[in-house]
Amino acid sequence: MSSFFKLDNLVMQFGGLTAVNGFSLELRPGELVGLIGPNGAGKTTVFNMITGVYPPTSGTIHWLGQDLTGMPLHRITARGIARTFQNIRLFTDMSVLENVMVSFHQKIRAGFWSAMLGLPAYVREDQRIHREAMDYLQELGLAHVAEEKAGSLPYGRQRRLEIARALATQPKVLLLDEPAAGMNPQETMELANLVRELRDRHELTIFLIEHDMKFVMGLVERIKVLDYGTTIAEGTPAEIQGNPEVIKAYLGAPKHA
Amino acid sequence: MAKSQRHLLLNLAGILLVFLVLLLFERHGSLYQVRILNNMAIFITLAVSYNLVNGICGLLHLGPNAFITIGAYTSALLTMTANEKMMNFIIEPLIWPLSVVHAPFVLSLLAGGLLASLFAFLISFPVLRVRGDYLAIVTLGFGEVVRVLCNAFQSVTNGPLGLKGLSPYTNLWWTWGVAIFTIAVTTKLVNSSYGRAMKAIREDETAARAMGIDPFKHLLLAFLVSAFFSGVAGGLLAHLITTISPTLFTFFFTFNLLIIIVVGGLGSTTGAVLGAALFAWGGEALRVVESPIDLGFLRIPGIPGMRMVIFSIILMGVIIFARRGMMGRSEFSWDALWARLHRPAR
Ligand SMILES: Nc1ncnc2c1ncn2[C@@H]1O[C@H](COP(=O)(O)OP(=O)(O)OP(=O)(O)O)[C@@H](O)[C@H]1O
Ligand SMILES: [Mg+2]
Repeated sequence: MSSFFKLDNLVMQFGGLTAVNGFSLELRPGELVGLIGPNGAGKTTVFNMITGVYPPTSGTIHWLGQDLTGMPLHRITARGIARTFQNIRLFTDMSVLENVMVSFHQKIRAGFWSAMLGLPAYVREDQRIHREAMDYLQELGLAHVAEEKAGSLPYGRQRRLEIARALATQPKVLLLDEPAAGMNPQETMELANLVRELRDRHELTIFLIEHDMKFVMGLVERIKVLDYGTTIAEGTPAEIQGNPEVIKAYLGAPKHA
Repeated sequence: MAKSQRHLLLNLAGILLVFLVLLLFERHGSLYQVRILNNMAIFITLAVSYNLVNGICGLLHLGPNAFITIGAYTSALLTMTANEKMMNFIIEPLIWPLSVVHAPFVLSLLAGGLLASLFAFLISFPVLRVRGDYLAIVTLGFGEVVRVLCNAFQSVTNGPLGLKGLSPYTNLWWTWGVAIFTIAVTTKLVNSSYGRAMKAIREDETAARAMGIDPFKHLLLAFLVSAFFSGVAGGLLAHLITTISPTLFTFFFTFNLLIIIVVGGLGSTTGAVLGAALFAWGGEALRVVESPIDLGFLRIPGIPGMRMVIFSIILMGVIIFARRGMMGRSEFSWDALWARLHRPAR
C-alpha cells in the first residue's frame, strides 16, 4: 500500500526569502504529531503548502496515493484535509451555527435550483445539515451560543469554533495552527483533553503547531522542530526536550545575535 | 400551525395586499402615480439582484447597466413587428433573422434575461479571476463596452438612433409580479446553503475555501442569477418608456443602483427594496428642485441634474453617519415584526 500522508522535501520561497527549506514528514493514520519552532520559523508556511494556500516552490505532497501538490485549497479540503488558522479567520458576521453549516456545503447534493425554489429535497437536506452542525457545536461546547455572531464570541470560544468548523468538513487529517494561543492555562488543559478525544472519536490524524511547550509535550507522540525553515530535530517529546539544538534555537543562539 | 406555514400564509397575505393596492391605483390612480409605481417595482428588481452580487457576495461589480442594456434591446427587438422595425432602421436595415422574428412580451422578457446571463457567463472568466478594485475596473469596462457596441452595431441596435415606438406592454402587474418573484427567489437563494457559501466567501474567501467552498462556482451562480433578473428588468423598462437608446444605460444608471443598495444597507434584500422604493418616489418628488422656483422675492432658475446632486449628498451622509445603511445586513421577518408590535417602543 502506498503511504498514508507524505510530505517530501517541501521548499517555499517568497522572493529572496526561503521560508521553508526542505521539509519532509510522513504521518501514520491516527497519529498526533507536533510542529514547533521559534517565531517566523516557517511552521504556518508548512500548513499553507499542505493545504494549497501557496503551491510549494518545490517538493511533493502525497495523500492516499494521490499527488496533491499544487491542488487548490478547496479541493484539498474536499479530499479530507482540514485546517484551522493561527490568526482566527471565522465568518465574523455570520452566526456560530452558520459558520459550521458552511462546512457541509461542499457535500450538498440538492442543486441550486431546488434551493432557490425551496423544493422538499433541498429542505430535507438543509434540516439534516442544521442537525449535524448542532451536533458538532454540542461536542465543542458551543451549542448554547449557536445563534450568536461568531465575531462576538470571546477568544477561547472563537478558537473552538475554528475547530468545530474544520471538523464539520469531516476530514481524515486535521491541521491545527496554534489552537491554544491566547487561552488561559485552564482552557489550554481542557483543549488538550478535547484534542485527544476528537482524535479518538473521529479517527483523526492530527498535525499541530503550538508554542505552549507544556501543551505540546503532554499531548503529541512525535515532534518536528523547525528553525529558519530547516528541520533541526525530530523525535519523541522526551528526546526533543533534551536536544541541545532545540534549546539553542529557543534560547537564541549567538549566530543570530 | 407550524411556523413555516404561518409565515407562508403571512407572505401570501402580504402579496395579496400589495396587489389590492395596485388594483386601487390602476383603477383610480393618476398616470403619474402609476408611472412611479412601475418605476418603483423595476428599481426593486434591479436593486435586489444587484445586491446579490455586491451585498451578499461582497464584489464591487460596476457593470449591471450592461445586463440591463442587453435585456432591454433583446426584449425590444423581439416584440417589435417587422413593420415597426423597418420604420426604425432607416439608415441601415436590421439583419436577418432579427428582422423577422417576433415573440410575445413574456418570451421577450425571458430571452432578455437569458441573454444577459449568457453575457455574464462569457465575461465571468476575466471578471471573477480578480477581486476588489480590479474587479470594479473590469466590470466598469464591460459596461462601457456594451454601450459602445450598441452605438456601433447599427444593423442590430440601430446605433445612436435607438429604438422608438415600442408597444407599452409594461404595466403594474408585470412590474410588480417580476419584483415579487425576484425578491422571493433571491431570498430563498440567500437563505439557502448556497447563500451561506456566498456570504462565507464575502466574509473571508480563504477560510471559505478551507471549508471546501469553490469561490468561482458560487460567485458565478450569483452573477448569472443577478444578470438574469437585471435583463428581465431591462426588458420591462424598455416597454415602459417605449424608447431606448445607448445613452440610457450609462454608468450613471449603475451609480443610482449603487446608491440604492448602499443607502438601503449592503447585503440586505429588505434594504434594497426600501432603498429602491425611496429612490423611485424621491426621484419624482425631488423633480421640483429642477424646475424654477419662485419665492416671491427670489427666483431660482431650474438646474437640470440637481436631483443627482441631492442623491449624492444623501449617499455621502449615509457613508459618513450610518455606514451600514438603513437596514445594515438585517432582514425583515414576521417574527421581528411580531416582537416589535408586542413590545411597545421604549
Ligand atoms: N505570504 C508571504 N509572503 C512573504 N513572506 C512570507 C509570507 N508568509 C510567510 N512569510 C515569511 O516566511 C517566514 C515564515 O513565516 P511563518 O508564518 O511560516 O512562520 P511561523 O513559524 O508560523 O511563525 P509564528 O510562530 O510567528 O506563527 C517569515 O519570515 C514570514 O515573514
Ligand atoms: Mg505561524
